[in-house]
Amino acid sequence: MKILVAVKEVAELAEQFDISGITIGEEYFQYDLNEWDSYAIEEAVQLNEAGLADEVVIATIGPERSEETIRTALAKGADRAVRVWDEALDDIEVLDLHGKVELLAAVVEHEEPDIVLTGVQAGDDQFGATGVALAERLEFGWAAVVNDLEVDSSGETISVRRELEGGIEELANVDVPAVLTIQTGINDPRYASLRSIRQAQRKEITTLSLEELGMNSSVVESPLELLGMAEPETEGTATYFEGEPEESASALASLLEGAGVVEI
Amino acid sequence: MSILVVAEHRDGDLRDVSFELLTAGVELASTLGDELHVAIINGDVDRFAAELNSEGVSAIHTIDHGDEFNHDVYCQIVSALCDRIDPSYVITPNSVNGLDYVPAVAQGLDLPLITNVVDVEHDGRLRATREMYGGKVETSVGTEAETALLMLRPGEWPTTHEPGDATVVSHEIEVDRDAVRSTVTGFDAVAADGIDISEAEFIVSIGRGIEDEDNLKLIEHLVDMTGGTLAASRPIVDNDWLPAHRQVGQSGKTVTPTVYLAIGISGAVQHVAGMKDSDIIVAINNDSNAPILDIADYAIVDDLFDVVPELIRECGGEPPGV
Repeated sequence: MKILVAVKEVAELAEQFDISGITIGEEYFQYDLNEWDSYAIEEAVQLNEAGLADEVVIATIGPERSEETIRTALAKGADRAVRVWDEALDDIEVLDLHGKVELLAAVVEHEEPDIVLTGVQAGDDQFGATGVALAERLEFGWAAVVNDLEVDSSGETISVRRELEGGIEELANVDVPAVLTIQTGINDPRYASLRSIRQAQRKEITTLSLEELGMNSSVVESPLELLGMAEPETEGTATYFEGEPEESASALASLLEGAGVVEI
Repeated sequence: MSILVVAEHRDGDLRDVSFELLTAGVELASTLGDELHVAIINGDVDRFAAELNSEGVSAIHTIDHGDEFNHDVYCQIVSALCDRIDPSYVITPNSVNGLDYVPAVAQGLDLPLITNVVDVEHDGRLRATREMYGGKVETSVGTEAETALLMLRPGEWPTTHEPGDATVVSHEIEVDRDAVRSTVTGFDAVAADGIDISEAEFIVSIGRGIEDEDNLKLIEHLVDMTGGTLAASRPIVDNDWLPAHRQVGQSGKTVTPTVYLAIGISGAVQHVAGMKDSDIIVAINNDSNAPILDIADYAIVDDLFDVVPELIRECGGEPPGV
């Protein structure tokens, strides 16, 4: 059984930043592996270690910069990686869902995995749609927001728990091949050891352009347009307890006593 | 043209988000001069239709293919319904189940999809407001497309319950069983060990700011001194530092205590959804930009490791050595 993990390098924004028009300066960003994807990678690696999968392949859409993030994923136990990028993607403000799905579908059709895992959403754009749309495109089974999974012995179905709102979980069986979107907390993602980081340097990263995927730039033409960007207006009306910790703590203790929840 | 709202229900009840989508749908339909249609799939469709029959709704479409949600069935039915009634915009919930079928509808019908929407306007083209970077930035995303799918974040619109006189139409829609690749086998509630944080009067809740599992004993000491109930935001539960029944937020419990003391919690929207109706919200956070401060009634912007020991002393205790 082969597992493909679709990951994204996400942009993390500094606490203080400036917006100019519809862009934010590069100096305010740091890049890292998407938090949800780190759980997807761990899940794949654990299936591999349990003997249920023989190969774990990372797939990503990202510029050359993202190779560092891919190396992190490889150091956590994935076998090799495929990175899709093209000049045509450089200037796109909003990479539309359908374009993203076509690129990933091309990789999946080439790799022919049994299971595709990906995070529930990317931490930067918080879109949350790629995995399920990809499954529909591939005619795979799918489940979104999975916090537990078990591949049955035949390898033909996966039993999943989906984390619904309000502390309720849905139990479902999904046909393989399948795409599952993985929720945080499903496992305890490992840190890469120094030795595994060194080993990851030798693992293969294949880079593919649109042309090499048999596509042209029309595939990433987006029906969506970024029109504006702003910091949300704050409506805070809080009363601030200021001063040294003993002063603020004293004011807070009086408040708690006044509200009748603490007896002092 | 018409606007189509797809309602959501679970375990025999319409979820609040369905009535929020109605509000958004009525607003958008009136801006565009379009009719508002509502779709109800599965469950007690006639009762749900009666509940959703609100002012401003022209037609309610019911399709009965079972009791609960199945994403394959929903995907096929919503796609077929779009072919039948040819809506301009389709309004759906950005809920866990919404995330499980709406992207597939968008993919199958090759329509633009905008998720996690917090505001919608139309000035010749559709403009949706959505957040990025953990809520630090609000973006306006537009599309010239005449048909698009929108997923609206729960809790952003008020609910609508004004009685209306919509026509209810029952549809027979064939489901292709070969394309149903999943089966829902049951539901489970998170184990609670007899503790129900939603009953608590005073909640001491911790988040990422606690940094390390060992630091929990500081907060546990405060809880012991004050008789409060310990709760947490998602990262603490994801790390297995506290059990899932202590989690406050969209995927955890909704709480409404007299006092909610948020310590080291930044206030992500999913967390706020579970505690915003507390009587008094107090935040201790060292980040003066933390979103929790926007909804707090009282706040201390300082290091929790300096403030909490002092608070323990104020309550007559002696902080543990951390």
